[in-house]
Amino acid sequence: MTMEFLVATGIGWITACGVYLLLRGRTFPVVIGLSLLGYGVNVFIFAMGRLWMAAPPLLGGDHAIADPLPQALVLTAIVIGFATTGFIIELALRARHELGTDQVDGQGAADGDGVDASVESVCGARSADSGSARP
Amino acid sequence: MMPMDFLSLHLPVLPVLLPAVTAIALLLIGDDGRRSGLAGEGSAADSAPGGVGARWKWARRLALLSTFLGLLLAARLVADAAGAGAAGNALAGSSANVRVYLLGNWAAPFGIVLVVDRLAALMLLLTSCIALPVLAFACDGWDARGRHFHALFQFQLMGLNGAFLTGDLFNLFVFFEVLLISSYVLMTHGHGRERFRAGFHYVGLNLLASALFLIGASLVYAIAGTLNLADLTLRLPQITGPDAVLLKVAGLVLLVVFGFKAAVMPLSLWLPATYSAASAPVAALFAIMTKVGVYAIVRVHAALWPPEVLLPLALATSVVGALGALSAATLPRLVAWLTVASVGTVLTAVAMGGAAALSAAMFYLVNSTFVIAGLFLWCELVAVQRAGVGDRLSPAPGVAQPALLGVLLLAGAASAAGLPPLPGFIGKVMLLQASSTHAWAAVIWAVVLGSGLLALVALARAGSTVFWNTAPRLASEPDRTQASAVSARLALLLCTGCLLGAGVLMSLFAEPIKRYTDAAAAQLGDAPALAQAVLAAQGGIHPKAVQPYLGAPPPGTDSKGSGDPSLDAGGAR
Repeated sequence: MTMEFLVATGIGWITACGVYLLLRGRTFPVVIGLSLLGYGVNVFIFAMGRLWMAAPPLLGGDHAIADPLPQALVLTAIVIGFATTGFIIELALRARHELGTDQVDGQGAADGDGVDASVESVCGARSADSGSARP
Repeated sequence: MMPMDFLSLHLPVLPVLLPAVTAIALLLIGDDGRRSGLAGEGSAADSAPGGVGARWKWARRLALLSTFLGLLLAARLVADAAGAGAAGNALAGSSANVRVYLLGNWAAPFGIVLVVDRLAALMLLLTSCIALPVLAFACDGWDARGRHFHALFQFQLMGLNGAFLTGDLFNLFVFFEVLLISSYVLMTHGHGRERFRAGFHYVGLNLLASALFLIGASLVYAIAGTLNLADLTLRLPQITGPDAVLLKVAGLVLLVVFGFKAAVMPLSLWLPATYSAASAPVAALFAIMTKVGVYAIVRVHAALWPPEVLLPLALATSVVGALGALSAATLPRLVAWLTVASVGTVLTAVAMGGAAALSAAMFYLVNSTFVIAGLFLWCELVAVQRAGVGDRLSPAPGVAQPALLGVLLLAGAASAAGLPPLPGFIGKVMLLQASSTHAWAAVIWAVVLGSGLLALVALARAGSTVFWNTAPRLASEPDRTQASAVSARLALLLCTGCLLGAGVLMSLFAEPIKRYTDAAAAQLGDAPALAQAVLAAQGGIHPKAVQPYLGAPPPGTDSKGSGDPSLDAGGAR
């Protein structure tokens, strides 16, 4: 098996798992699915600079030279992916507190009955519905 | 003279830097953390004089000042772009009336490049013209319903301006992320259950779209060896065979991404839920975000292949948008569906191709963005004055200012539906004229006129419900009715009137605007000239050949890694 085959199937497998998890109904698997998808995409970007062995992206010396640009791109993508994952975790937690359920469509929350008292106290007063909360 | 020279030299980068610096300053000023997102009923009232601290006032002033400066910068850029070729500035790359700004002065296809042509300048001006009234509207109280509204607003402007200015695909991605991550937070600004529910969907779907964007962009790089859009245009004819097919796949992946942002038909169902859940000023600002998707399609797919699937999808978007508007149960949802319909109309023109159609697309895009932003603010004004029902479309006690609000709605609705004296009509006429020779002309005419009619019916129904189908005030709760049926403050009316009035004023100045959009479309149509203007900044028209790097060592280095990459790369060592 060549390295290309291994890397390609690896990316495909991670992406497939990510897509499966994205289609789940609760927020936690969705977040994990997005992370997995992000990993798959990062390796994909990396592979788009072609696969090299023992090839640092440095000029000079007696070695092959890898394309440095995809490595720079993947660094940017990792940073952005990290920030957005952090944000969506926080958002999912907050949505769990507000909606009283971790279903992505908000189903299963009977007007906040699912929120126990401790959660309620952590959140403070439930904020008013968007329709009526106006300045 | 020196400062002016310096300013005009660095003018293209200022629309990105100004909001960024302002946002950082706003974060440093901080907000006092009052009611940090847990605002209950009537919070604006009980905090009136004492609650708004000095810091808060300064933050508002700074944000407004910076947005106003941004408007001036954008106006200057438009004036520069509109000025005929004799704009005698000795700046690099001002040929073909395109201003090219090389960040760090790195040569064009390698470094980061900002390109200001007529279309980019127009979009910058549109963004600023929307942002200023919306920010002024938000300063009346909405900004205090969560934390860091002003800083996030500026970051959003930074992302929007950057996305309009950038000349390469990866920076488009980066600026998309900048504007998206601020939009995630703005979307949930004010909190509330509905916002968190819609916000999670919005964030999740956008993260998925970002992943696809990266896949598309890296595929383009793998095949063409460049991410610079101008360079890509020039290199496209050299790519043949299986690579060309792969590049087409990359183009379609990118079309999915931009189509998602623009809410093109199979991907448009997220938009009404999101926009109607967002607070009014945020939704009004988001009116420009769908246009970023349209803009990206225009830019990127002018460099890649114009996709044939776009026209049927755009027509379907128009139809679904109009039908959705008919079925909407609340005012913001109605306007959100009108957003979808307007994107359909603009993309129909874009998909037809040709200078006349592109000009129509730009004209209609500018007008519809003003109208939709104005209508979102209008919904808020109406909802405040309707006791009990808010923005729901059901009979309720009449609003306090029926004449004023009615005139505002009339201006917006007539333009959105495309009734004669208003610019929406002019844009649609331009579109229909451009389509007269198109193979799909009959379908385009039917859809554009039909969706306009449906939009008119939907808006007329909304207007008659709000203004005429009034229920008597309930005797049981006179206090509440009394309290809520107060007139809107002059400032709020002024902001809304500005946006809707700008839509009307476009009719008066339709001729110069059309001349500008015609010139912009002609400039876009001449892609090779545009590309050469960008690349000429480094001296030569033909840059160093940018190929996919396949392992050949650069000249002067001694390497055994040369040769056929398929042998080298395959783990054969």
